[in-house]
Amino acid sequence: MSKEEAELLEVMTGKHFVTGNIAVAEGSLAAGCKFFGGYPITPSSEIAEHMARRLPQINGHFVQFEDEIASIASILGASWGGSKSMTATSGPGYSLMVENIGLGMMTETPCVIVNVQRGGPSTGLPTLVGQQDVMQTKWGSHGDYEPIVISPSTVQESFDLVISAFNFSEQYRLPVTFLMDETIGHMSEKLVIPAKEKIKIVNRKKPTVPPEEYLPYKAGKDLVPLMAIAGDGYRVMMTGLTHDERGYPEISAEAQEKNVRRINDKIRKNKKKIIKTEEYKLDDADIALISFGTSARAAKGSVNRARKKGIKVGLLRLITVWPFPDERIDLLADQVKKIIVPEINYGQITREIERSSHGKTEVKGIFKLGGAIHTPEEILKEIEKGK
Amino acid sequence: MARVEVRFAGFGGQGIGLMGRLVGEAVALYEKGKNSVMTQSYGPESRGGASSADVVIDTEEIDFPKATELDYFVVLSEEAYNKYIPKLKKGGILFVEENLVHLDDNANKAKQIFKIPATKIAETLGSKIFANIAMLGYVCANAKDIVSEEALVTVMKQKIKARYIEKNLIAFKKGKEYKQEG
Repeated sequence: MSKEEAELLEVMTGKHFVTGNIAVAEGSLAAGCKFFGGYPITPSSEIAEHMARRLPQINGHFVQFEDEIASIASILGASWGGSKSMTATSGPGYSLMVENIGLGMMTETPCVIVNVQRGGPSTGLPTLVGQQDVMQTKWGSHGDYEPIVISPSTVQESFDLVISAFNFSEQYRLPVTFLMDETIGHMSEKLVIPAKEKIKIVNRKKPTVPPEEYLPYKAGKDLVPLMAIAGDGYRVMMTGLTHDERGYPEISAEAQEKNVRRINDKIRKNKKKIIKTEEYKLDDADIALISFGTSARAAKGSVNRARKKGIKVGLLRLITVWPFPDERIDLLADQVKKIIVPEINYGQITREIERSSHGKTEVKGIFKLGGAIHTPEEILKEIEKGK
Repeated sequence: MARVEVRFAGFGGQGIGLMGRLVGEAVALYEKGKNSVMTQSYGPESRGGASSADVVIDTEEIDFPKATELDYFVVLSEEAYNKYIPKLKKGGILFVEENLVHLDDNANKAKQIFKIPATKIAETLGSKIFANIAMLGYVCANAKDIVSEEALVTVMKQKIKARYIEKNLIAFKKGKEYKQEG
């Protein structure tokens, strides 16, 4: 395919009626993804299928590997080779990937990992919904790192926000997890894809100095080093070991302090620019719901039903799950007498809200262990208890 | 318009998923000011046995994406009828393939029951595979707050393979014009 023909097919501008899985695949292509390395797993398989069809049309590459360990390794490599890269999986596959996600954090490698959650632990519920991987996306790999994790609630957001995921990964140089769930992945809704020129794309900053002056891990004020691509003529160094600005392993407390503090601080210090939430009818609320992903839609439904009954309740929806909006929740805890947290797990986000509300208000989780989503009526019952 | 919940159900192979996709897409893309969400039963239980596709329609943003209390239940098999009839809301509307579904007392809660021999109609066109579209024509003519004929036909022309479209459009028309006896 000619370059011009391929470029025309990168962004499928127009109106579509598709599933979240197809929307995330199209969003990734619109963000500039040119490499997918993966191993199909329910309920994410349609992403791999769609990318296998679409990437060759735009002169990209799709490789199905022997497992998820190879898949994550391949997307780190593809990124160092200059391609925006991604994989898609579900809980069991994400478990296999976490070691190399740590390598991606340490080598500051931009890439996107889509996790379409199903019920766990282990192989759990292959075809049914779960939200049980929230903590794994934060703490899965060993050592200190600050992940960015984004969770869509609609098909449109599956497209729009995966572009943000790629942009963050390029801007801050790290693997970003796009945390979906089976319900969003498989349901169909309207998707509007804008014209290519309307889509904001961020690309990694590359060095411009003479090659002999380039230090691959020396960062400026934004704490993000410039990234040379293998083959550009610069020295490219990658290691999971603690390293100095040249990328040479240096096994010392001083090097560790500098290296690991910076890869955490590049996210911590930019938290305000990264964190995104949606606030719905919170202004006068004396009960707040906090939720994300599919559960946030049921939560919104329960807010609408409760408001009709005159109950002052609102919703804080986490669009970025990590970094966590500690400060907003601290403020909310001053405002409301109760925070209710519907989630499809046994209390993962609830615990974070207990932590960030500092005991100032009652926090009540409503848990489902996977396999079904909350109904607005179930959440409404809890709201009515607290009014 | 208030929220409307529709479930299409039958057995694997009847094209139940297609019914949901066509209606969902017609509403979302071609009905001004309306939104829709389509969800399907997914997994081993959807291969053979009872198969279903739900479409939720609203002029407002659709918060909760799944159907819980059906306003319309469109059913093409006995097994699916038995499995899902409890979900039809009191005063809801039932569409049945009359030769494949035996109604029981559970159907009494329906405000209206529309019956059609959709499979027989399809067989006059050479194959029972057109039964789902004959049923859609019937639904389109009798349920005014689901989807317009214009929107549905537009989507059918885009989504159904060229070599099948002509017969599907005839099946649709026959379903639309069908009047039940009595």
